[in-house]
Amino acid sequence: MIENFLVPFNETVIKMIGWGILETFYMVIGSTVLAYVIGLPTGMLLIMTDRKGMHPMPKLNGALNFVVNILRSVPFLILFIILMPTIRIIVGKAYGPTAAMVALLIAAAPFVARLVEQSLQEVDGGVIEAAFSMGASPGTVLWKVMLPEALPSLVNGCTIASTTILGYSAMAGFMASGGLGDIAVKYGYNRWIFPVLVVSVILLVIIVQIMQEVGNRLTKRVDKRNIG
Amino acid sequence: MENQPIIEIRGLDKIYKTKNAEVQALRDINLTIDKGEIYGIIGLSGAGKSTLVRCMNFLERPTAGHVFVDGVDLGTLNTRELGKARQNIGMIFQQFNLMMQRTVEKNICFPMEIAGVDKASQKKRVDELLEIVDLSDKRDVYPSQLSGGQKQRVAIARALATSPSVLLCDEATSALDPKTTRAILTLLKDINRKLGITIVIITHEMSVIEEVCSQVAIIDNSQIAESGRVAEIFAHPKTASAQRLVNPEGNKIDFGGRPGKSIRIVFDGNSSYEPVIGSMVLHCKAPVNIMFADTKNIEGRAYGQMIIQLPEDESTAGKMLEYLSGQNVSVEEVSADD
Repeated sequence: MIENFLVPFNETVIKMIGWGILETFYMVIGSTVLAYVIGLPTGMLLIMTDRKGMHPMPKLNGALNFVVNILRSVPFLILFIILMPTIRIIVGKAYGPTAAMVALLIAAAPFVARLVEQSLQEVDGGVIEAAFSMGASPGTVLWKVMLPEALPSLVNGCTIASTTILGYSAMAGFMASGGLGDIAVKYGYNRWIFPVLVVSVILLVIIVQIMQEVGNRLTKRVDKRNIG
Repeated sequence: MENQPIIEIRGLDKIYKTKNAEVQALRDINLTIDKGEIYGIIGLSGAGKSTLVRCMNFLERPTAGHVFVDGVDLGTLNTRELGKARQNIGMIFQQFNLMMQRTVEKNICFPMEIAGVDKASQKKRVDELLEIVDLSDKRDVYPSQLSGGQKQRVAIARALATSPSVLLCDEATSALDPKTTRAILTLLKDINRKLGITIVIITHEMSVIEEVCSQVAIIDNSQIAESGRVAEIFAHPKTASAQRLVNPEGNKIDFGGRPGKSIRIVFDGNSSYEPVIGSMVLHCKAPVNIMFADTKNIEGRAYGQMIIQLPEDESTAGKMLEYLSGQNVSVEEVSADD
């Protein structure tokens, strides 16, 4: 039985799976980083411009919230399809890991913005008030109080974001994105070569476990709120 | 230095606007706090005292009126000038409000970072401050590793970092146990004496006022009900809200329909060390019934009151009243429904 299971794994398939792992990492890491490049400032802006924020700007805040909500409510695959013409212009083609990375980034950035917003919201209002009582400006409060105080929560949020993006990247396999999701779709769904499907899914599970564990440890290390 | 005002509040109103109602948190507050005082502001929760202290550094902007700190009208300052002015007004809080992700040293450095103090001077100042609050061994630990009292000491050190001339304390001891409260109050007293810093204490506990304050303002229902020297207010509370705070149970004694007059004797600080009641009993050769007694030591003198029941016999009672009128105490008759 084991022999039967191993039949499909010739040198080409093994190489392809290895390559798939690399492509998955490329997509996930690339789009997570870029999603934070956009999402982190957006989350900060959402907090600052809120009606009860340090620098209320109701119109900008309303517009940002609207865009974030719209992007968050379109299912990823449909968003990918809608974005295909744009991606073709940017990347030159609408398939492959780089194209998928752009779609992932657009889908993840608003999600990241919400995570960041929530982390910053959790910062104790008393600590912020204390900083103001010392003469801090809103900018100083944001940079030197809110972000550092929210660090454990931000790191935890990053773990959630990157594992979610990994899930999306597997979905992108339906759009010939490359990576493990693509392999699972091509071999498992299109050709029903079951062992390859199983192995690629197991690999995805292992990657999620590793990311979660690394994230948890990192969160714990930066968290100074509960030291013995 | 003496009797020079450092905080002056004139005609201050604070109104909170909610969607369909207005809440008047403070009404026509006038207050003068002199340099070097420890000034207490006491009131029940919801009286507006926390709002009042926040108006002293403009964390809350008054709806009307003026707040002068060190002669500067805070209302005329722009954001940057206000930030600068706040470096001269330290503040500590009930929940300490330390940054949990910063060490003790970094917490104390924070106001100096804002003020643009160079790193070397920051380090030197941290040494001095940790010495003052007696936490030199806790420099590199995080707040989560400290007890409540230690956290408040760090908060005090942090508030003093920029050498402010005023320290505002918003219910600073309310989250602490009685022993720690005493230690923190002693520290505040020390700081006041050694550094000459003016301290404003917001509290709902009369014992805190007794312990450290020289002046007190009683705030009730968004207004200042009464203000003056602590000793004076304790001995002769004029308003109903002051009496409620000074004698929370003094007016609720069950006289049980016993015969004979009951009187309240108020000690004003000169006579409490003399055995007034004992002498009176010996003088009149008749016993009295002590219904209630509460005397306190304030600024080295004794203040307080006692309620005693005089004998039924009219002439003995009269003799006693006569005796007391010759002593340095004030006497008033109380009845069961007083």
